[in-house]
Amino acid sequence: MYDFDYLRPTTVADAVALLAQRSEAKFLAGGQTLLPTLKQRLAQPEAVIDLSRIAALQGIREDGDALVIGAMTLHADVAASALVLRVIPALAALAGEIGDRQVRNRGTLGGSISNNDPAADYPGAVLGLGATIETDRRSIAADDFFTGMFETALDPGEIVTSVRFPVPQRAAYRKFPNPASRYATAGVFVARTVDGVRVAVTGAGATVFRVPAIEDALAADFSPAALTGITVDDDGLNSDIHASAAYRAHLIMVLARRAVAAIS
Amino acid sequence: MTNPAGTHPAGANPSGIGASIRRREDQRFLTGRGTYTDDINRPHQVHAFILRSPYAHARIGGFDLTAARAAPGVVAIFTGADLVADKVGSLPCGWQIHSKDGSPMIEPPHPPLVTDRVRHVGDQVALVLAETKAQARDAAELIVVDYQELPAVTGTRDALAPGAPLVHDQAASNLCFDWHLGDPAAVDAAFARAHHVTRIDLINNRLIANAMEPRAAIGEYDRATDDYTLWTTSQNPHVIRLLMGGFVLGIPEHKLRVIAPDVGGGFGSKIFHYAEEALVTWAARKIHRPVKWTADRSESFMSDAHGRDHVTHAELALDANGKFLGLRVNTIANMGAYLSTFAPSVPTYLYATLLAGQYATPAIYAEVRAVFTHTVPVDAYRGAGRPEACYVIERLVENAARELGIDRAELRRRNFIPPSAMPYATPVALEYDCGLFHRDLDEALTLIDYAGFPARKADSARRGKLRGIGFANYIEACGIAPSNIAGALGARAGLYESAEVRFHPTGSVTVFTGSHSHGQGHETTFSQLVSDRFGIPIDKIEIVHGDTSKVPFGMGTYGSRSLAVGGSAIAKAMDKIVAKGRKIAAHMLEAAETDIEFNAGRFSVAGTDRALGIADIALSAYVPHNYPLDELEPGLDEQSFYDPKNFTFPNGCQICELEIDPDTGVTKILAFVAADDFGKVINPMIVEGQVHGGIAQGIGQALMENCVYDSQSGQLLTGSYMDYCMPRADDLPSFQVAYHEEAPCTHNPLGVKGCGEAGTIGGSAAVMNAVVDALADRGITHLDMPATPERVWRALRDAMPAQAAE
Ligand SMILES: Cc1cc2nc3c(=O)[nH]c(=O)nc-3n(C[C@H](O)[C@H](O)[C@H](O)COP(=O)(O)OP(=O)(O)OC[C@H]3O[C@@H](n4cnc5c(N)ncnc54)[C@H](O)[C@@H]3O)c2cc1C
Repeated sequence: MYDFDYLRPTTVADAVALLAQRSEAKFLAGGQTLLPTLKQRLAQPEAVIDLSRIAALQGIREDGDALVIGAMTLHADVAASALVLRVIPALAALAGEIGDRQVRNRGTLGGSISNNDPAADYPGAVLGLGATIETDRRSIAADDFFTGMFETALDPGEIVTSVRFPVPQRAAYRKFPNPASRYATAGVFVARTVDGVRVAVTGAGATVFRVPAIEDALAADFSPAALTGITVDDDGLNSDIHASAAYRAHLIMVLARRAVAAIS
Repeated sequence: MTNPAGTHPAGANPSGIGASIRRREDQRFLTGRGTYTDDINRPHQVHAFILRSPYAHARIGGFDLTAARAAPGVVAIFTGADLVADKVGSLPCGWQIHSKDGSPMIEPPHPPLVTDRVRHVGDQVALVLAETKAQARDAAELIVVDYQELPAVTGTRDALAPGAPLVHDQAASNLCFDWHLGDPAAVDAAFARAHHVTRIDLINNRLIANAMEPRAAIGEYDRATDDYTLWTTSQNPHVIRLLMGGFVLGIPEHKLRVIAPDVGGGFGSKIFHYAEEALVTWAARKIHRPVKWTADRSESFMSDAHGRDHVTHAELALDANGKFLGLRVNTIANMGAYLSTFAPSVPTYLYATLLAGQYATPAIYAEVRAVFTHTVPVDAYRGAGRPEACYVIERLVENAARELGIDRAELRRRNFIPPSAMPYATPVALEYDCGLFHRDLDEALTLIDYAGFPARKADSARRGKLRGIGFANYIEACGIAPSNIAGALGARAGLYESAEVRFHPTGSVTVFTGSHSHGQGHETTFSQLVSDRFGIPIDKIEIVHGDTSKVPFGMGTYGSRSLAVGGSAIAKAMDKIVAKGRKIAAHMLEAAETDIEFNAGRFSVAGTDRALGIADIALSAYVPHNYPLDELEPGLDEQSFYDPKNFTFPNGCQICELEIDPDTGVTKILAFVAADDFGKVINPMIVEGQVHGGIAQGIGQALMENCVYDSQSGQLLTGSYMDYCMPRADDLPSFQVAYHEEAPCTHNPLGVKGCGEAGTIGGSAAVMNAVVDALADRGITHLDMPATPERVWRALRDAMPAQAAE
C-alpha cells in the first residue's frame, strides 16, 4: 500500500466536493475490493474518501411499491432485514450468499454495483428486478447502468446514494459459486413482475446481461418446461481455468430452470 | 477392539498413554499468545524484501540499482554478484539418486539469488534491506532489471518433448534422472501369462501446501562473539543449521544457532532449506544489523515448494481368479526449476517402494524419470510419494474389479498380504513388519454400511443423482528412517532422532526433543509418554523443541516420524533414567539392584512395601548426600539417539461415498470413513484430528486443489485464493474414523506407527474411485484430479451426447 490521505466527510455534497478537489481520489465503502487493490499496489490514489459516516447513504425503507436500499448498506444487513425478507426475499437470499461472513459484514450494495465485478451477485438482482440507481445527481435505470467489465454509467466523482428495487410478484436467484473465490461462476436472477418477466445473468459475461429468449419463453409459459430447447450462445461468455464459456452457457440454463422451478 | 476417539481407559493415569487429553499448546495458540517467527523483533532490525522474477524464464542482462539505492530508508541492496563475491554456496540437495545407467542425477546449482538467468516466476532476483518493510518494497519497485524473456516449459510431459526449452543447459531434454526399481524380467513374465491386464493413464496434480503461517526468517550476527542466529519457520532446525552452515554460508555449527519457534503448519513445505534463510543470515553480517523477512501470501504461492505433479502410465496383470501377477508403472515426475532439499527422494524411494500397497503382487517394476521445468521446485508434501503410489495402485485395483466383474472388496481380499505372511518382503525393497488388512477393510465396510449401498444408490437415482462409492486400502512407510538403509538409497543425512530427559531436583521434568511440532501436538503427546512412564502429572513436564542451542542434534518432523522415532528416543532416554534410578533406589533402600522393581514412577523392593517415588530419586541425584558416589555420577539427565530398525507401516482402509449432480457436475461428499492401524495410540483425540485433517487434504486434491501454470507464458495462474481452491469446512462432511491397536509396530519401543499423513495418503484415491464409480454406468473409466464440476460435466456430456441437454 502506498501512502494516501484519509478523509471522512459526513454529507454526500462534501464527499463529492472533496473528490473533485483531488486529481486522484477514491471513495471507500467497505473496502472489500478497494483495500486489496491498494495492498497489492494496483492503485495509488492520492486520497481515500470514506463514505461510512454519511447518514444519507444508510438504511432500508419501503417506498410505495419499491424497496429503497442505501448505498452503504451492508450485505449482512440486507440478508437479515425483516423488511427485505418480507418484500423481496430473493434479494435477501442473494445478499446472504455473497462471499463469507466477514465479507458480508463489510461489503456494501453501493460498492458492489459501482465496482461492477463481472462475477458479483448484486448486479443480477439490480438488472433482474429492473431497479433504478439513485446518485448524487440523477437516476439511472439498471438497463443503462452496467456498461462493461468493471464499468458503469457513473461519471467520475458521481456517488451512488441508493438503489430503488421495484417489488416483484415473485423472484428467485440461483448462483453457481466459483469453488475457490465463491463469487458467481454464473448466477441467474428471474423476476415476475406486473410488466412481465425479467431474467438477468451475472458471472458469465463481461457484465450482467438479460436473456430475451428466456424472458419471452417464460412470459408465454412460466415453467421450467418452457425452457426446454433454449440454449445460450457461449460466444462472448467468460472462459477461465474454472469454467469454460460452454460450461457457463450450460450452467445458465440449469440455473434458470432451477430459479423458475423455485417460484412457479 | 476399537477405541472411539475421545475416551481413555478407565482407572488409568488420566494423562497417560491412551488418554484423550486436550492439547496443552492450544491455550496459547487459540488466545493469540503463540510466538511465531514474525512475532519476533530484534533490536535495530531491518526489513528485507525479495525482488522476484515476473518471468518463468529470462536472461538477465544487468541491473540498474541507482534509483533504488537512493530511495528513502534503504540500507543495502544485494544481487547474485554480491553472493558470488562472498563465495556463498548453492542451496544443497540432501538426496542423490542414480539413474538406471549408474550415472548420478543432474544437480544444477540453486543460487539463493540468481546471477544471469531466472528459471521460474518467483525466482529470487535481488535482496532489498530497508528500515521498514514498505520502504524495502518501494525501493524494489525502482530496481531496473534488464530481462530478455526466453521460452519456458512448465508441463511435466512437455519437459521431455523434443525441442522443449531447456531449464539447465547441463540437463539435456530436461532430464534430471531416469531411475528404476524392481525386476523387469519378472514383470514381463507375469504379463505374458496374464488373463487380464488393466491399464491406466493418470495425472497426480500439482499442489501448493498453503500452511496457515507464511514462511519467515530473521538473521542476526553478533560481532562480539562471531555468532549467528537464525529464527525460521522450519520443521527441522538442525537440518537447516547443517545445510545452511555447512554448504551455503560456511558457518561452523558451534557458531550458528537456529531457532524454529511456534510454526503454523508445514505439511512438508517447511522441511526444506530455502534461499531466504541464507539471505537474511548472510546479510545480517554484511550490514551488522538483524534482518527480518516475512513472506506475504502471494509470495508463498510462488516460493514455497509445491507437491506431487506426476504423469503416470500403469498396468496391472491379473490371473483368471483376479490374483495380481504383476505391476508395471512408468512415471514422469516434475522437479520444478531446481532440486529442492529432498525432492529426488519423493518420486523414487518414497513412491516406487510403496507400489506393492497391501497386496501380495509378486512382481513389480517402476521406472521414474524426473524432469526440470520452469516452475517452483517440487518437494515433499504431506504423504510425499506415498499418496501418489496409493493413487496408482488403488485406481488400478478399482478399475480391474469393474473390468472383471468382481466386487471391489472381494478383489482386494483375494490379494491382501495375509497376517501369516508377515514379516513380508515386497518386491520393491521394503519389509512390512505387520498389518491386518482384512480387519481394516471389514471395519470400514461396517462403518459405511457397504451392504446398504445399492439401496442408497437407487435412492439417489430417484432424485436424479449419481451415487458412487470408492475405496482406498493404503499402506505407508513412515517412521523415516533407518539411517543405514536411507544412506544406501542416497540420503545425505542420518535419520535418527534425539531426546534428552532431564529430571530437575524437585521432580519436574524437561524433555528436549529433536522433533519439531508445528500443529501435531507434540507438547501433549510427548508429555503423555513421560507422564505414563513416571506417573507424574503433565503440568510437571515441559517439552522443548526447535532450538539447536538447547536440543541435541535432531532430524525434525516429517514423514509421520515424530512419535515413532522421536517418541522412541524419549522412551530410550527414559529407560536410562529408570536404569540409573534403580541404582540410586537400591542404594537408598539398601537392597540389591536386581530386587528393585519400577512401576509408574515408583521404585520398590520386590516383595516388600519399601518404595521411593521418582521425585525422591531425583532429589537424591542432585543432592547426593546418601548416594553411591563411588560408582554413580550425580544428576538425573539422560540422552538418547534412536535410529529406527525399520520403517513403520501405518495402514488402513478409507471409503468415500458421494453424489454427483449430473446437471452441473458438482460432487458432494456424503460420507467418509477410515479404519486405521497406527499401532499403539497415545492420544486418540489428537490421532483423530490428524486423520481428519489428512482426509480434508486428500479430498482437497481430488476435488478442488490444483496448481495451474500457463503453458505459454509460464505464469502461475493459481497465485491466490481467488483461483487456488482450498477445501473449507462446509465442503466436507464430518468423517467417521476408527482405529485398532491389534498390530503394534514390532520394532520400536512404543509399538507406534505414526498417523500424520494417513488421511492424505488414501484420501484422494478413495474420492476418485468413488467419482469414477458414480460415473461408471455411463461408461466413464477415469477422470483426472481435481474432479471439478466442469470436468465431471464434460465427461458426462461426452459420454452421453444424446442427453446433454438435460
Ligand atoms: C473474499 C471476498 C469474497 C467475495 N465474494 C463475493 C461474492 O460471492 N459475490 C459478490 O457479489 N461479491 C463478492 N465480493 C465482493 C464484496 O461483496 C463487495 O461487494 C465488493 O468487494 C465491494 O466492496 P465494498 O462495498 O467494500 O466497496 P469498496 O471496496 O470500498 O469500493 C469498491 C469500489 O466502488 C467504489 N464505490 C464504493 N461505494 C461507492 C458509492 N456509493 N458510489 C460510487 N462509488 C462507490 C469505490 O471507490 C471502489 O472503486 C467478495 C469480496 C471478497 C473480498
